[in-house]
Parts: sequence; structure tokens; C-alpha cells
Amino acid sequence: MKLKRFIPLMAVLALVVGLLAGCGSGSSSGKSLKVIKIATQTPLSGGSATLGNAIKLGAQLSVQDYKAKFAKLGYKVVLAPYDDMADPKKGVSNAQDIASDNSILGIVGHLNSGVAIPSSSVYEQNHIAMVSPANTAVELTERGLKSVNRICARDDFQGPAGANYAVKTLKAKKIFIIQDKTAYGSGLASAFRDEAKKLGAKIVGYEGITVGEKDFSGVISQAAATKPDLLYFGGVYAEGGLIIKQARQQGMNMPIMGGDGLDSSSTVSIAGPAVKNVYFSTVVGDVTKTEAGRKFAADYKKQFGKDIEGYSAYGYDCGGVLQQAILNAIKKNGGKLPTRANVETAVRDIHNYDGLATKVDFDNKGDNKYAKIYIYKFDKASYPATEMTEIQKTK
Amino acid sequence: MVKEWFHKFSQSSRAQLFFIITYVLVTCLGLYLLEDSASAIFPFLLVLLSLLILYYMKINVKLKWAIGFIIIAVMIPLSASQGSNFQAFMDVGTLVLIYVAMSLGLNIVVGFAGLLDLGFIAFFAVGAYTYGIFGSKQANHFMPFGHYPLPGDTFWIFIFVGAIIAAIFGILLGIPVLRVRGDYLAIVTLGFGEIIRIVFNNMDHPINITNGSMGISQIQPPRIFGYPIDTPSEFYYVALFIFILVIYVVKHLENSKLGRSWKAVRDNEIAAQAMGIPLVKTKLAAFAIGASFSGMMGTVFAAKQMFVDATSFTYLESTMILVMVILGGMGSVPGVILGAAVVIILNNQVLTDLSNWMTSLSTAGILNVPDALSPSKMQRFIFGILLVVFALYRTQGLIPHKNKKVDAERLKREAAAEPPYGNSEAKTNLEGSDS
Amino acid sequence: MLQHIIQLLPQVLVDGITLGFVYAVVAIGYTMVYGILELINFAHGDIFMTGAFIGSGFLFLFISLGLMSSLPALLVFLIVIILSAMITGGMGVAIERVAYRPLRKRNAPKLIALITSIGISFILEDLVRFIAEWKTGNYIVTAPSLFNHTFTIDIHSIMPFFNNAKFQSSFIVVLVVTIIMLIGLDLFVNKTKWGMAMRAVAQDRETASLMTINVNRVISVTFFVGSALGGATGVLFMLQYGTIDPYIGFILGIKAFTAAVLGGIGNIRGAMFGGLMLGLIEMFAAANLSTLTGGLFGSEYKDVFAFIILILVLIFKPEGLFGKATIEKV
Repeated sequence: MKLKRFIPLMAVLALVVGLLAGCGSGSSSGKSLKVIKIATQTPLSGGSATLGNAIKLGAQLSVQDYKAKFAKLGYKVVLAPYDDMADPKKGVSNAQDIASDNSILGIVGHLNSGVAIPSSSVYEQNHIAMVSPANTAVELTERGLKSVNRICARDDFQGPAGANYAVKTLKAKKIFIIQDKTAYGSGLASAFRDEAKKLGAKIVGYEGITVGEKDFSGVISQAAATKPDLLYFGGVYAEGGLIIKQARQQGMNMPIMGGDGLDSSSTVSIAGPAVKNVYFSTVVGDVTKTEAGRKFAADYKKQFGKDIEGYSAYGYDCGGVLQQAILNAIKKNGGKLPTRANVETAVRDIHNYDGLATKVDFDNKGDNKYAKIYIYKFDKASYPATEMTEIQKTK
Repeated sequence: MVKEWFHKFSQSSRAQLFFIITYVLVTCLGLYLLEDSASAIFPFLLVLLSLLILYYMKINVKLKWAIGFIIIAVMIPLSASQGSNFQAFMDVGTLVLIYVAMSLGLNIVVGFAGLLDLGFIAFFAVGAYTYGIFGSKQANHFMPFGHYPLPGDTFWIFIFVGAIIAAIFGILLGIPVLRVRGDYLAIVTLGFGEIIRIVFNNMDHPINITNGSMGISQIQPPRIFGYPIDTPSEFYYVALFIFILVIYVVKHLENSKLGRSWKAVRDNEIAAQAMGIPLVKTKLAAFAIGASFSGMMGTVFAAKQMFVDATSFTYLESTMILVMVILGGMGSVPGVILGAAVVIILNNQVLTDLSNWMTSLSTAGILNVPDALSPSKMQRFIFGILLVVFALYRTQGLIPHKNKKVDAERLKREAAAEPPYGNSEAKTNLEGSDS
Repeated sequence: MLQHIIQLLPQVLVDGITLGFVYAVVAIGYTMVYGILELINFAHGDIFMTGAFIGSGFLFLFISLGLMSSLPALLVFLIVIILSAMITGGMGVAIERVAYRPLRKRNAPKLIALITSIGISFILEDLVRFIAEWKTGNYIVTAPSLFNHTFTIDIHSIMPFFNNAKFQSSFIVVLVVTIIMLIGLDLFVNKTKWGMAMRAVAQDRETASLMTINVNRVISVTFFVGSALGGATGVLFMLQYGTIDPYIGFILGIKAFTAAVLGGIGNIRGAMFGGLMLGLIEMFAAANLSTLTGGLFGSEYKDVFAFIILILVLIFKPEGLFGKATIEKV
């Protein structure tokens, strides 16, 4: 009688166990090269997966490019992609998983600051170096964690830089701000608002929208009624593209501006021709200006069948910084496998790393001294946009 | 032959006791030895399975609880503690305990009292924000007095403060509920959950209470006797403590007067009312008690993550808790525990490991999958299929709810032997027979 | 303040009606299934989403075949919407067969069907994402636009206290098609034999089966009609907003379900009205909340506003606006 009840349960468990048993045997592919892993943790499913996937693919490409260098020292780097689903809980639980895998020496990630902040506490405890391509929230590095680094600019640099351009160059007097109520969008938008106010512009509206919706006409008709000179959007392309499109449909032909979340080919494909006269500030320079960048874009296209996104190059650079640091640590360690703590210090000690998108040199908080802001404009409905100006950090 | 042997085995409690002890020892040894390899999850799951086996054993109930407690509190942490997977397992363990306690709370509302709640995560959010605000510098923004963050020693008080505040919110939610019934109730609770989330996500102005969408960071780790608790293995014990508290309360409530009135209200509201059960009080009690479990675990969650923001409390989370309850078997306490454990372990351990394994296969060139089908993106898909399969094959839930069987003959005998109104002894006897 | 609100009113009405109609048709899918099975079919939002993707798939196919230039846009649109509706209708029937009917046969508790519907909804979301990402490299799909001529209602020159309202020609298409669908459905349910059977099954399944009604077939038909409508609305949604992703069904599903309850769940006319009302409330709140509260609460509170209205309605009318109060007997 009891036996009967056990059967379906046992069957399911046997299935799971069988799969996992295979897991154990599958990973033991013996080779002479010692395996080092670096992890990526970005959203690979869910609403912001385009960006998360771009980071992962960029990092993947950098692993391939470093292959020869590691092989010379007798190592092989393998990428271990994790999906944080843009969920803090999942991020922390993945972080624990990463911490338990001793072959993982560093992490490229995350996309969302809300996930990066709690997960980085785990990395800190385990001395796993994290190099972030995209977390712009000020808070992340302000906590003084040794393991946390980022190569992109912070909100309190990007927002004001955008505001400066909007008020001084575009001569915007009345600005309407829309933000997506995420940590990224509202952080950027409030930094923009404060600086714009300081520079003498009038903020005629500051409204929030819901991520994932498609109809923003309510907020837009409110914005249209105030007749602003500039519409600013703090958020990412999925909503940004639609806001641009719907604003143009309601006859708002003034310049629209946004942050690096708009730096994606999806902005163009969503907004279509409406994307003209849209500006965005971004932490990523136009990589296709350099020879190396063009090669990267071509390789990326060949390998993954996709055009590069802004964050692709950043993922690539993060992977590069991390691997360069591991190489340094190996050399310092006399060719032996470095510990996580060794890698952690090696990452922080990286000097003048020449990346594809940016030069990298970390200050004592883990922020990139060379982080720059670029202002781009869409002149026509095609990606990438044209670079208008670049702004150096003044500090 | 086998059947006969099995029958014999199922009758002998000594043989079963011997079996379970050997099983636990063997699997724990396996976990201890395999701990460092990638397949450590395999013995880990087997050890957890022992709890399920234990549930089906025919041995003394008190002994069962004792063995169960030893497995959870001693054997698992001890045998896992030697390897690198330790903290990862303990983190999953903590999450399981957190969600089990919440599902038990929701089980009171949905399973016992029959009130469908689609916004249950709101109470978890309330608990998490309660400790988050006062355990960080956030409270300085609006509190006219006091110095924040409060030291980590106050965490223990906040567990109960969180419970009380969540209970108050539960009663607040309960008020419209008194008029609304059935699936209309579901939408009211859904709306309530969304309102709480949106409000928490936006309360950075006019007064900065929750720091809006930026979330609250740098929450103080709890401290006990000056010793800070900040690793998953330590939080595991905090969660375990609350879990035991919750189990104790639930077990006692289930067959108490209140518990029986919940079930009466669930089965037929009007009949229950006619029998003199105060409808309002009973329903509100279900909401308040269920919510308080969530609130307690919310404070643990905030302390564990050291960061709270509204993205952890979406509607999807509420449905996941509901899934745990229904999947496990509505109204069945062991079922709900199993349901929550299965969902969390699947999502956070098994499917992640599976996808990592498949990714390693595809990077090694054994498996060739296009990027769109990359296994790391398939977790939800597999989970969806498992949900459908589980639901189709276990229509009453994994461990269906059993009503307590009353032996009518024995009742009659006892009633005859005792004078009227003095049947308190019979009642206690009955309670003992429930597992 | 009032002047500001009145100024915006024409535009808010236009946008609110568009959104409201989309909600209304999706809400009908929920309400029909609920009316018959007393089951909240969580997968319905994802059927709507799948319809949108199937529609855009057909559009891309037609473009690659070169049909777009030779056929008028309206004809292409009609072909696409009918094909998509047929396919999603079939999907609805298949889902009912696989995920709900076995449960009914086994006399499972009603809520267990909630689990299969959530499971189905995860499966659909990921399946659509796989296919979209595989074919286009990105799961956010922007469909080719068919109707994008902008019209302006020049109401300002007649009544100067109103601002002008602008809309796309797709708005008219959405409006006309949904009205046709709604009227068609109303006729189907109230005038045809199948409609009568559906109403009978909704009222009392057992008695209906005694009256020689094939209950299983009626349920299949209900799922077909509800899902076909959902799929067709998906196509309309794609047409109106241009961009779709696999998660639109989840968000819109919650709203549509809310709308169905607002109107009184199980009641088709109630769902229509509830959807329209929810769309208008949301649009109004998004446009005017910060004006109303002097900047204290902005448009980010629009869902809070909508849910509070819902809760208030339910407190004063617990069966929804159009629901009939049922007398429960013991």
C-alpha cells in the first residue's frame, strides 16, 4: 500500500538522480591543460536578456582571444555562464554556487545593480573578483568592497554629463523626465534632474512608468501638454524605444535623450524612423572606429550571427581585464595556480589596460579612472549612432 | 515474495528504525566524501530524501520528530561542512526553510481557511522592509529620534516586530475580504500585493521611507552575544529556529478549535456560521497568522541578503508560493513542506546545476546547441514541464491532505465509560494519533 | 488643474479606448473559461502573446514572399488575423486536452488546474522565446507596420478648452475589428445553438449533460473561441504597438483578469465593460495623477489607482459590476 505511493516519487527522483549522475561523469574530460573558470552572471532570460546576453557573448569572445596566452602557461580558461534572471534572490544563490566551484576565479557581471549589490557581498566573503560591465549605481563601489570593480561610469557621472550636454549644447530650458522605476533608471534620471536643475533648466515633469508594459501614451500625453524642449528617459531600450515612437506619434518632435540603456540596436528596431533626433549618453565609445573594434564586430557577427550591442564590447573588456589579471597573478605566483585572493588583488592592480571600448585603471574603490561618457545621436534609423562628443571625468 | 518481505518490513518499527539510521549514515558519508566534486548535489539530495522516507515510516511520532530534527540540524550541516559546496548548500537550505515557512503560512489561508490569496508575498515584503529600514541608515531619513542603523543585536526583536506588523497588514487586507468571496477574493489579494510592491518601490518621495527603487543596502547582519551572523550556514540556523516555531504553531493550530473552524469555513461558510463560528474573526485570524509567518521570514531574508528592493516581491513570487502549496497538497502540512522544498531545490540547485552541466558539454564540443537554445536559458521551460507533469500525475498534491480519522467505536466506548462533559482525555488521545 | 485635465481629455479617451478594447477582448477569454469551468486560465495571457508572435511570423513570411506589394494592406491584415486566430484557437483546444481535461476526469481539486496553467504559461513563454530568438536573433520582435498614417482630431478649433488628439490609422482598425469581434461573440453566445449549449453548461454542467449536451465538446468549443479571440487580439496588439516580446502576455494577463473580475467574472458583457473601464482608468491615471496630487504621486501609481478602484467596486458590489449575486444554499 505504501509502496504504491512511492513509485511515482521514486520515478521522478530516479530521473533527476540519473541526470545528475551523468553530470558527474560528463565533466571529467581529462586534458593536460589546467582548467580555470570565469563566470558570467547576467540575465539570460526575461525582459533585459538582450543586454545580458551581449555581455555573456562578449566575455565568451574574450576567452577565445586569450586562449593562446593561457595555453602557453599550461592553463585553459572556460566560461561558465549563469543566468541571474534579474532577480536578487537568484543572483545570491548563484553567487553561492559560484563560490563553491573552486575553479572559478572571477566574475563578469551583473547587468542590474539591484542584483549586483547583494551578490557582491557573497563575492567579497569568498574573495572572488567581480568586474562589472554595466552596473552604474553609485552605491555598488561606495561600500568599499575589495572584490568589486567596474569599468563603466557611475550614475553620478553619466547623469550630470548628459544634463550638461542637454542644457548647454542642446539649449534645453524645459525638460520632461520619464524614468522606469528601476534602480538603474531612477538613479540615472535623478542624477540628470539634479544637475539640470543646477544648470538652470526647468523640470516640467518627473514621471515613472512600469517596466514590461507597451502603452505609455498616458504619460506621453501629459508630457506633450507641457510642451518641453527635451524629453529625458531613464531606462532601457525595451521601454525607451516605445516611448520614442509613441512620443513622435503624438507630435513631440523635440530631441529625446536617454542613458546607456538606449545604446542598443533594439532601440532602432523598436522605434523605427522615429529614432531620429534621439540622443543618448553612454559609457561605451564607438568601437567600430578602431581597427581592433571592427575586427571584434566581424568576429562577433561570424561567431554568433548577431551584430554587436554596446555592452558586447564591455563584456569583452571585462573578460579581458579579468583574464589579464589572472595571467598576472599566475606569473607572480611562479606559474602556479593563483588563489582567489591573489586574483582579487591582481584585478585591482590592473594598470592602463587597453580595452576595446575603454582604457581601464581602477581606483581604490574599484571605479575605472578612465571611464568616459560619450554622447551619441541617431541621425538616421540605423545602429550604431553617430558620436557627438566625449566627456572626460573631471575629478 | 518481495511483497511479503515489504509487508513484514512495514510492520516492524525496529527494522524501519534501523533502515532509516543506516540510510542517513550512508548518504551523509557519501556527502562527506563527495563534497568537493561537482556531483556533490547527488548525495545531498539523497540525504534530503531521508526526510521523506522518514515521513512514511511507521514509527513513534515523537521519535520521528527527533530523528528529523537531528537530520536537519546536525547531520546535513555536519556532513556538508567539509567541502567547498558547504555555503551553497546551506544557502539553498536557508531558502528552503524560508519558503517552507511562508508556504505553511499561505497554507493556513488557502489550505485551511480556503481563501485564495494571490498576493501573499506582500507580507514577506513587509517583514523584509521592517528590518531593512531600521537595520540600515535608511531610518535616519524620516525618524525624528533615535540613531540608525540599530545594532544587529536588535534583529531578534525585529523577528517578532516583523511578524506583528505583517499580521497588522494581514488584518488590513482582511477587511475588504469580509465582503468578497471566492475568486473575487483572489483578485483583491492580487491587487493588494501589487499595491504594496508599487508603494514600496515609490516611497522615496515625498518622504523617503523605503529609498524607492534604489533599494536599501548595507543592512546590519544580526548579532548574537556580540558574534555577527553573516554566512549562509549561520542563517540556516536562524531560519531553522523560526521554522521550528512555525511548525509548532501550525501543528497545534491544525486540530485546535480555531483550526477546525477554519476548515469548517472552508467547507461551507454558511453552515459554519450557522454552527456559531464567528466568520469575521476566523477569517481575519487566518490572514493574520499566515502573514506573521511570512513577516518573520522576511526579516531573515533582509538580514541574509543585506539588501532589499521591491524587485524581490513581484506577483510571480506570490504565484510561486501558491504553486508550492497546491503542488504539495493543500491543507496537508507535510505536503506543503515537500512542495516548497521541491520547488526551491529544483529552481535553485538542480536546474542550475543541470544547465551548467549542459553548458560545459556544449563548450567542450560534445553537444552543439544554437545560442537561442542555450541550456542556461531553459530553466523556466523545464520547470514548466515539471509543473504540468507533477500536477497531472499527483492531482491531489504530492502528499494529499488527510482528514484525521476518528475511530467511532472507540469514541463511543470512551463516551460510555466517562461521565458527560468530561471527555478531555479522549481528545488528547486522538491528537496523538495524527502524524 | 481642472483645465489641465480637460485639455488632455480627448487624447486620454483615444488612448484609453485602444488599451481598453485590448483588455476587453482578452478579458473575455478569461471570463468564458471561468464561466464554464470556474478555472482561472493563467495560460490565456500567453495565448494572446503567442497570437501576436504568430501574426508577426505570417507578416514576415508574406514580406519575404513578396505578397505585401501586390496585395492591399487591409487584405493582408485580414488573412493574417484569421490565420492566427485559427491557430491559437487550435492551441487553446490542445491545451485544454492536455492540461485540463485529464484533471477533470480524475476529479482533481479545482485549484490544481492553476498549477498546470502556470506550467503551460512558462512553457509557452519560453517556447516562443526560443523560436523568436532562433529566427531573428532577438526575442523582442518589431513587426512591420501596416497602418501608420497619423490622424489629428482637430477638436481644439471647435472647443478651445480641449487639446487636439492624435491617433494612428491602426487605432481605427483595432476599434473596428474588436467591435466586430465583440458583436459576433455576443450573437454567437446568445443566438446560436452552440452558444446556448455553452450557457447551459456554464449554469449546470451535470444537468446540461443530461439534456444530451456533449459537455466535453462544448468546453473544447469554448476554449477554441476564447483562444481564437485572444490570438486575434494579439495580432491587433502587435499592429497597434509594433513591438512584442514573450512576456507581454503575463503583464496583460493580470490586467485582463482584473478587468474580467471588475465586470463580474463569468459575464461576457461585464468583461467587455470592465476592460474598457480599466483601460480608461489607467490612461487617465497615467496622464493626470501627478496633476491631481500636486506632484506627490506620479503616474507610477497608476496601477495602485486602478487596483484601489477595483477593490472599492468589489467592496460595494462584491460580484463585480455586472455579476449577479448568487444566493448560496446550504
